[in-house]
Order: sequence, then C-alpha cells, then structure tokens
Amino acid sequence: MDERRVKSIGTETLEDLAVGATVLGTGGGGDPYLGKLMARQAIEQHGPVRLVGPEELPTDGLVLPVAMMGAPTVLVEKIPNGAELEKVVRAVENRLGRDAAALMSVEAGGINSTIPIVAAAELGLPLLDADGMGRAFPEIPQCSMSVRGVSATPMALADEKGNLGLIETVDNDWTERLSRTATVAMGGSSIIALYPMSVEEAAGAVIPETMSRAVDIGGTIRAARMQGEDALEALLDLASGRLLFRGKVVDVLRRTVEGFARGTARIEGLGDDAGSSLELEFQNEHLVALRDGEPVASVPDLITVLDADARTPVTTEGIVYGQRVEVVGLPCAPIWREPEALKVVGPGYFGYPFGYSPLEEVRT
Amino acid sequence: MRLGIDVGGTNTDAVILDEDDRLLAKDKTPDTDDVITGIERVVSEVVRDAGVDPGQITHAMLGTTQVTNAIIERRGLARVGILRLGAPATKAIRPLAAWPEDLRAGVEGPSEILPGGVEYDGRPISPFDEAAVRRAVRKMRGGVEAFAVSSVFSPVKSDDERRTAEIIAEEAGEETAVSISSEIGSIGLLERENATVLNAAVTPVARRVVGAFQGALERLGIDAQLFLSQNDGTLMALDYALRYPILTIACGPTNSIRGAAFLSGMGDAIVVDVGGTSTDVGVLGAGFPRESAVAVEIGGVQTNFRMPDLFSVGLGGGSVVRPDGGAPGRTVRIGPDSVGYAITEEALCFGGATLTMTDVAVAQGMADVGDPRRVNAARETVEAAYERGVAMFEEAVDRMKTSAEEVPVIAVGGGSILLPEKIPGVSRVQKPEHYEVANAVGAAIAQVSGTIDRVFSLVERSRDEVMEEARNTAFDEAVRAGAEPDSLEVVEVEEVPLAYLPGNAVRIKVKAAGRLRSY
Repeated sequence: MDERRVKSIGTETLEDLAVGATVLGTGGGGDPYLGKLMARQAIEQHGPVRLVGPEELPTDGLVLPVAMMGAPTVLVEKIPNGAELEKVVRAVENRLGRDAAALMSVEAGGINSTIPIVAAAELGLPLLDADGMGRAFPEIPQCSMSVRGVSATPMALADEKGNLGLIETVDNDWTERLSRTATVAMGGSSIIALYPMSVEEAAGAVIPETMSRAVDIGGTIRAARMQGEDALEALLDLASGRLLFRGKVVDVLRRTVEGFARGTARIEGLGDDAGSSLELEFQNEHLVALRDGEPVASVPDLITVLDADARTPVTTEGIVYGQRVEVVGLPCAPIWREPEALKVVGPGYFGYPFGYSPLEEVRT
Repeated sequence: MRLGIDVGGTNTDAVILDEDDRLLAKDKTPDTDDVITGIERVVSEVVRDAGVDPGQITHAMLGTTQVTNAIIERRGLARVGILRLGAPATKAIRPLAAWPEDLRAGVEGPSEILPGGVEYDGRPISPFDEAAVRRAVRKMRGGVEAFAVSSVFSPVKSDDERRTAEIIAEEAGEETAVSISSEIGSIGLLERENATVLNAAVTPVARRVVGAFQGALERLGIDAQLFLSQNDGTLMALDYALRYPILTIACGPTNSIRGAAFLSGMGDAIVVDVGGTSTDVGVLGAGFPRESAVAVEIGGVQTNFRMPDLFSVGLGGGSVVRPDGGAPGRTVRIGPDSVGYAITEEALCFGGATLTMTDVAVAQGMADVGDPRRVNAARETVEAAYERGVAMFEEAVDRMKTSAEEVPVIAVGGGSILLPEKIPGVSRVQKPEHYEVANAVGAAIAQVSGTIDRVFSLVERSRDEVMEEARNTAFDEAVRAGAEPDSLEVVEVEEVPLAYLPGNAVRIKVKAAGRLRSY
C-alpha cells in the first residue's frame, strides 16, 4: 500500500478500530470497549490522533509504546485516571533525556490497541502505525521488539494514585516479573511505557501497519453488514484468512489457573462441517483449534470466533452454549514464524506436544 | 383470594385464584394508553366473572412493562445527580459515556467523581471525603429529582456508598430518591453505574404506577395488600418497589415462565411464550427462570443487573407472512412486522387481507379460530411458512438448551397455537390449561422473599455452619415479609471471598422465597 489510507483516528475510526482489535485479539486481549470509551473522551477533548509511518518521522526520533497491564476484572471496575499515561511517557523521556517523537501500541489486539490513542491525543503526539504483536499475547517478552533484541527497559509504570516506578532490568523476562509484581501491589492494574527505541530501530523491529489493518478489518465488517453482504467473505479476503469451522457451541469449560482464564469450547459442525467437531482451547487468547483431535490452527496464527448471525467477533468470555459460530484462522505476522520467535509464542511454549504448522499448510 | 394482573405489550390480563390456587376467572383486554384504564376494566370484568365480592380479595399483584417503556420511550424520567467515588481513579471515562444522546439529555444531571472506593482486595483507593460529598450534594440538590451513587469495587465493600446516601438524606431531605450501585448490580463499574442511574431515573414512573394502582383498586372496592412483580419471580411490597423500580424490568417474561411452571406442574423445562409479535424462550430450573450471565442492554444502555436469560425471535400469532424471492411459493419470510392486536380484522381467517402465522396454523388444522376456508393462500406458501416457523422455534429452543439431550417444552401465551406437537430436540410439548394467561397467573402465584447479605468469618466456624445461619436469617426475613414458613426454599446463593479481611472472611448473600401466607 503506497498511500496510507488511514491517516488519523477520530471518534468514527475508533469504532472500526475497536471491532478490528477484537478480531486481532483472538478471543482475549481485554475488551476494547473500555479503551474505546477512554479514547473517545480524549479525542473529544484534544482532537483526532495522527497515524504515521516511520518514513514520516526523523530516523533518530524516539518511539515509545504505551499500554495497560493487569487483570481484566480489575480494569472493568477501577478505570484509570488518564493522567498516568502522561506520567509514564514523561518518566521514560526524562530518563533518556529526549522527547518522544511518536507513541505506539504494544498489541493491536484487545484493549491495548486503544490505550495509546488516549495518550497520543492527550500529549498531541502522532501514533506509529504499527505494534509489537499483530494480535494479542499475555506477556511482555512475547513481542516482536523483544525477538529483535530491543530491551523493554527503561520502563515506567504508574497507577491512578500517583505512584510511579522506573524499572531497569537485565533482560525482558525480568521486566515481566518485576512489573507484574508491582502491578499487583498497585491494585491489579497499571499503565506502562516500555520498549523505547529510535525510529530507525523500530523500522526493523515492529510489525508494520497493524493499526490501519485493525481499522480496515472493523470497517470491512461494518460495511458488509450495512450493505447486507457476507461479512465473513469480506474478512477472509482482506486478511488472507481461512474459514476453519462452522458450527454450534455444545460445551464450554472454564477455569482460572495462575491468574489466567483457561478453558475449552467444543463446537459441533453444521453444514459442510456436520459430523465433525472442533475443540478450541484458550488461555486468555485462543491457543489451538483441534478438528476431531487434529490441530488445524495454533498460536501464533490468529484464531478468531465470529457469531454466525451478527458476524461480530466473540471473546472467550462471550462464548455461550448454543451459539452459532464461525471459527476463522488468520495468518500471523511473518516474524512469528521464525524459529527463535516460535520458542516464545509457539504451541510448545503453551505446553502442547506438537510443533507449529502454518495455517495455510494444514490440510483439512 | 388473589388477583394477578399483567400489563404486556398488547394486552392487559387478569386472573383470580382462590385459597387453593384454583383459577376462578380470567380475562384479557387490549392495553390502554394510560394503562390504568385497561387495568380497571379487566379487573372489574374478572371480579364479575369470578362472582366474588371485591372485599374478598386479600392480595393483588401487578406485573407491568411501564418502567421498561418509560426508558425505551424516554418519558417521565427524573433528572439524576450522579456521584461516583473512586477518584483519582476512573476519571478517564465520565458517567453515562456510552448512553444514547436522547436518553442522556433527559436523565443526566450534574455529576462528580470524588475520593473513595476500594481496590479489589478492599484497601481504600483514597480516603472518603465527607466534606466534598456534602458540598457536591448541596450544589446539585436544587436541579435534580434523584441521586445515583456508585463507588469502585462496591460489591466488595460498600461503606462509602452507604455513607453518601446518608449525607444525601441529610442535605437533600429524607424523601429524596437515592439509588446506590452495590444494591443494584455486580462487578463492572460502568454497567453497574448505568443500572443505578436508570433506577434513579425511573423513580417518578414508579411513584405514578404505584399511586395509580392503589387508586384503581380502591375505586373497585378492593382493599388488598398490594405487590409489584420483579424480574426474579418474587414480589416487592410497594415501598420496596419505589426504591428499586428497575427490578420490574422483564418481569413479564419471568411471570410467564413462573406461570408456565405452575400451570404445568413442571419444575425444569424450556418455556416458549408466543405472543402476537414475538416469542420469548426462557429456561425454567427448579421452578425459577435462569438468569442471564452477560451484560444486558436496556433502552440502548449496557447494564449488569440480574435479568432472566431470554432468547427472543420475531415470530408471533400476528407475524406477517410474505413470499421471499426464491422459487414461487416455496420460500417465505416471516415478520418481523405483525398485525398485532388488529389480528381479528386483518388476518385472512377473520376476513382480512393479510396472511399471518395464525392463518398458517388455521390452514394446517392446528388451531380452531376464524374460518379456514378464507385462508386462500397457495398451499406451498402455507406449508413453507409452517416449516420455517417450526425451524425458528427449534433453533430458539436449541439456543437455550444447556446440553444436547431432549428437553420438555411448555408452550404458553396467546400465540402458542403456532407450536406443533413435535419439535426436533424436544421430548414433548405441553400446552397447559389457561396457557393464554400464564403471565397473570405467574404474577398471582409469585412468591415473597427474604434476603441476607453479610460478611462472615470462617475462623471458628465451618462453612456449613455459616451457610446454615445465613439461610435461617433469610428464612426469617421472608416470613417477616409474609411467607408461609413451610414453603420456604433457598433460591439464590452468592459467595464472594474477601481476601482483604483477616480470618478467611466471605461475603454471603442468600435469598429465600416462599408462598404467601394468610389467604
């Protein structure tokens, strides 16, 4: 795409972005609804946010990703103040002695697609059209910047009460460990700024154009639904995706293990898939889809569930018995298919005994 | 003797039950614009039909959609002052952020986000600022008719909300309506706050409904104890209804499900309530409706307070049937529009010109109303409509099932003539006697309840002992509210472990319900 189609994010673009972010959230990532409301309030107050490519920024400019960290059940109750965002950005800027040229999203899936928009609107900074996952993952090191050797620190984290921490660690696993502990002490959620990098560094380490991709996905679904067209086909076309299964949810098992929402949904086939069943296993996000016991898609590829009637993406908490669903696979960003990356995001990392096969190569 | 009344979307129904729960009389009349005229009309008919003296009626129960309609139509709502406790947290999203503009314009008063609230583990976020609350109430009191109070994690700890309600009573007068969020919804600040603001906003509607209900029965010479139906199948005394009017929302479907249970004698089943325009499918478990687990939208606002779990489809007795493009006569579209209460003029079998689902039932020999010879639609069209209708029922029932096993279905409502005897996935379809007034029966047989919501320590007592005490307290409350002691059952238990309190503390909420005593 030579011409950037989405140049700014206003209140209308935000609606599409939230739907697209739910698709890219692959069932998890936190509900973008709260983030959308926060971003809307910020945009109404400060105006739309400019979306830029790295070529529009000075090569030595500072790119600073911001995000929310913590338990979704805390977020829905204790909403941020909004000022934490400026605080963490300023803290990292002060530590490095330079101002940010642009902010960025760590994950394009779920609530963290919208949090940087709040910060960018408040601070009058552009947003880099990129992220570090192209989807959602639960941990800080599961990020393309980490794979490319960018340090997550200096990282700042803050709560709404005014507490601020600056963390510098020996590696990104330590960043995860220390910031997770601090987040629990802060009441279960925090706002973070991390992975500071130059524009030049970012160009080789981020997953490009994922914010406009989320907007495109949301916009495509909305347009198809408004025109009475097949939103599924439109989504598959746009995202080079593949329909994995069509069926009815017949069983949902959920349990909370070590702070993660784990579970399995069993779907019985309808139409062309009648006679087969699909098991969808999740840990915050969908991890693997097993058709009659055989994997047909797995992390890091994206597995998204759509409500077959409304053609809206469904989160793991939203899956209920009886629902007619379509399970869709979307290929992950190329970086995740590198052997080093698969060590932190592949099926083996999540405890599965099988290796990763790219979505396009699985025969069904 | 008990009088049950249900004001639905099309008709107002009434029944009279005697001491042994026998139905003495039933009547139906189209709703009137002011609602209360319809109630007066149907009640005087049913009293006359039963041949009883109005003075013999000891209890009167009203299930009404007026509160729901006030929200949907944005009529007669109060302007609400909103106090949220949790600052500096939560300022990133103002109250009512996602409300539809028109509803917001009618309801939104001044709002403030003030210190208070707690973390998930009960630690304070910031110290509650009594002086700030007092200042805010004084500033707001002239311009609002009601107050809504929410605080962060109030389902875990609600002290700040309760203190704020006391301050409002001191500063704005005892009679000022105050709704606090911990009494209305669960975890999820915005949804709980939305439900609380809606509750405050419908207070004037509730006052009007209650006043008119009292007046109407008085004019008819009925001197009974009065109740309003709430959406969990139990009754509210009028003073309680004035405090929590939002709990009347969706009491209609609940009454239908409870009425279906009573009329069929079944405790576990799927209930299919077919009206004139739509069908509600609910789940009956141990005699009560299953509650919805996901956020519920009311008038365009997301809320999270309890509601019966319903699946609705646009298929009813008056649904209009049209050919649908495909092979001539073979494929049809049903609804979503309906001829509604005009069915006796517009349906083919009554001499009208519109093919409705009732005509389809008549032509298929499933119903004996009107004149089957007048249904002059093509045979294929009628059959296609019949098959499509059965498929819609099947899918709706299937959606509400929790397992693939066959389940029994109870069919109620005026449109249930559309339901065939056999539906795939259904073990049997039962249409109990008086099915057409199941909702009014549900109102009449509704139970009274007692609730306890308290923090217990599990250090020196076992969980069983604590639950026993909670249960007994709830039973005592229900008896005080008028329940027959022998009929009491626990209908709801909620346990929230409170990590913040020493001594393995747990918040236990128990609700018990039983039959009304003394009639």
